[in-house]
Amino acid sequence: MRFAVITFPGSNGDHDALKAIELGLKQPVESVWYRETDLSRFDCVLIPGGFSYGDYLRAGAIARFAPIMEAVADFAKMGGPVLGMCNGFQVLTEAGLLPGALLPNASLQFRSQWVYARVERSDTPWTSGIDEGTVLRLPIAHGGGRYFADPETLARLEDRGQVIFRYTNASGNPVPDANPNGSVNAIAGICNEQRNVVGLMPHPERAYDPIIGGDDGLKVLTSVLELGIATAAGR
Amino acid sequence: MPLTNKVANGTKKWRADVYVTLKPVVNDPQGLAVREGLHMLGYDEVGMVRVGKYIQLWLDAEEEAQAETRVNEMCDKLLANPVIEQYRFNLVEQPAEGSE
Repeated sequence: MRFAVITFPGSNGDHDALKAIELGLKQPVESVWYRETDLSRFDCVLIPGGFSYGDYLRAGAIARFAPIMEAVADFAKMGGPVLGMCNGFQVLTEAGLLPGALLPNASLQFRSQWVYARVERSDTPWTSGIDEGTVLRLPIAHGGGRYFADPETLARLEDRGQVIFRYTNASGNPVPDANPNGSVNAIAGICNEQRNVVGLMPHPERAYDPIIGGDDGLKVLTSVLELGIATAAGR
Repeated sequence: MPLTNKVANGTKKWRADVYVTLKPVVNDPQGLAVREGLHMLGYDEVGMVRVGKYIQLWLDAEEEAQAETRVNEMCDKLLANPVIEQYRFNLVEQPAEGSE
């Protein structure tokens, strides 16, 4: 499977993502500069973490207008798997490809730590290889990860099973202490209605090998490979 | 010389003062922290604090209505995120360049 990793001015997780795909998944991967406009040579698209455009105005607000984002929107519309991690999640919400918004952490502190996130649904390309209820140990590093959606949107997300990751403790209970940023309903990640676009605040691409602290992130990144294999077999 | 803000091509200069604030339903931890600080300074009369953004921009438009339409668009598309924020703005006509 051919992976694209989008790089905006201010992205800093792009090389983590490139290495995770190259070393962790051993798949072909390319860095795609934000000025490019074509994603047709790729099977899936990763939007990495960082501080695109310095987080000016609002995190992700300006990256949303970068030339490549039109291609990302088209790619998503055609059902291509898109994963936004941290700033990538913020960019996807700002672009309207995912509902809701990400606000400054309730603590007002930048949080850089390992957290536990429970996989709520397996019916997305990015969680298809993970049993529902599995608790993943993943790093976070963000100042603005407090997920917010108005009550109607939130109810719709929960009803349709669009909440994909939730902050919990190690045993999978969403206790208040396990929520690092004050996200509503302890939401760590969601998907769109078509379920091909997933965004999450934790960094699966920074957890692809025990040597860097953990490899639970591989479960997320490898899930999409199964889809690729299934697609290839179906051809 | 009478003050005129008509420039050669018939447009006028405007300054928009845009206020972007969180919707009332959105929790504002920054506002809470500022309120805490004010209380520590002894300003017990302070009930609620909300922190927002103040953006100034200068633009050309023939009439105020046109400037208003354009700034509304800018707010909807970029300056505010309608999911979490609301905005309002004032337009102030600017003297033409070179006039006193």
